[in-house]
Amino acid sequence: MSVPFVILYFIGTFVFLSVSGLIAMWIDRKVTARIQFRVGPPWYQNFVDFIKLTGKEVLIPEKANKLIFVSSPIAALMAASLSGVILLLALKKIGFAGDIILLVYLLVIPSLAIILGGSSSGNVLASVGVSRELKLVLSYELPFICAIIIAAIKGGSTTSLTKIMTYQQSTGISVFSISGIIGFFISIFALQGKLGLVPFDLAEAEGEISTGAFIEYSGILLGFFKLAKAILYIVAPLFIVCLFLGGISFDSVGKGINGILKYFLVLVIMILIKNTNPRVRIDQAFKFFWIKLTLLGIIGISLAFLRW
Amino acid sequence: MSMKIKALKKSLWVYHLCTGGSCNNCDIEILDLLTPRYDVERFGMVLVGSPRHADVLLCTGIVNKKCVDRVKKLYEQTAKPCVVVAVGSCACSGGIFRDGYQMAGPLNKIIPVDIYIPGCPPKPEAMISAIVKFLEKLK
Repeated sequence: MSVPFVILYFIGTFVFLSVSGLIAMWIDRKVTARIQFRVGPPWYQNFVDFIKLTGKEVLIPEKANKLIFVSSPIAALMAASLSGVILLLALKKIGFAGDIILLVYLLVIPSLAIILGGSSSGNVLASVGVSRELKLVLSYELPFICAIIIAAIKGGSTTSLTKIMTYQQSTGISVFSISGIIGFFISIFALQGKLGLVPFDLAEAEGEISTGAFIEYSGILLGFFKLAKAILYIVAPLFIVCLFLGGISFDSVGKGINGILKYFLVLVIMILIKNTNPRVRIDQAFKFFWIKLTLLGIIGISLAFLRW
Repeated sequence: MSMKIKALKKSLWVYHLCTGGSCNNCDIEILDLLTPRYDVERFGMVLVGSPRHADVLLCTGIVNKKCVDRVKKLYEQTAKPCVVVAVGSCACSGGIFRDGYQMAGPLNKIIPVDIYIPGCPPKPEAMISAIVKFLEKLK
């Protein structure tokens, strides 16, 4: 592939991910509203929000480290879109060995960018949010990696996402086994923490610490964070679909629709968990992830080795 | 009309500021706007937690002497363009507290106010109507 083609491919995928991510975020808001017996916003609401944020003033606090403060939203957006590009390449069956490991690394970078940006802003509430986000990253990464190891073993002992998908498409998807359902369960909760959805949204708790790490961000910099989160709304559920539900195959129209329905299934499960749970404290989240889910993950890995 | 102003009209993020001398009645009526009966999220209005994200500063109550500096500081902290709304008789004119010893003035003596919504407390319908009338004139 030539260099201009790669750049064009990246830009095209970025635009696709942004548009579909903002629509996925609208689905989140709409389903939430319907659960609360409200009507909810129109479908273009998140696009309007983003356009509005581009027109707002960008304020940089006096005490902030300006370089890190400005560059961390851009880093979050770049990492999120890059993970989307690699995931879509794997969906088109041109993935490479070890792209799961790369995706795990890339999916941590948006959280790290939130930590860096919040701590560079010099705000007290932001530092509280940053400390919570840091502990949350530490706690959910361990069970998440357990879940990925389960998927890799169930998918024919490989670290290539494409091979895991094709293996599942030929021999049956891995969620219909005991270890597969354990891995699916763990990864749903880990991604709940990764996306900052409600049981684990303590890093950006609006009621107590005023959106935490984002408190000093305004204008387009806040817009970049929102867009990165929107892209993660596509990438994270799609990653679970690839790992445990057999991925999306585009061989025929029926299979394609089937795959997209799987994505919506995972998204709606996450939204329902978000709407039916209260926010946990950081020590509860830590214990839940490290003791319960990691133990479950180790049991799952053993079961996967026994081919259960 | 530019694209950005059009977008601003469709997505107002509200920061709710109680300026110290509020009896909490207006605040309760504001929260009514988020309930299923009125549901202002239909028009893209949401409550945000930080003044940096705000497009609308929704102020209730008189400004008392302790809060003058804080109200000014909060207004400076918001990212412009930002609309200031005075909700209730107290924020508009001082209401029954106008002769009180702690009174530092109604809101428009402290920061520039764009919309006045009188009433003690104003009905949620009155607030929606005021915002709609303002948005029609915004250019």
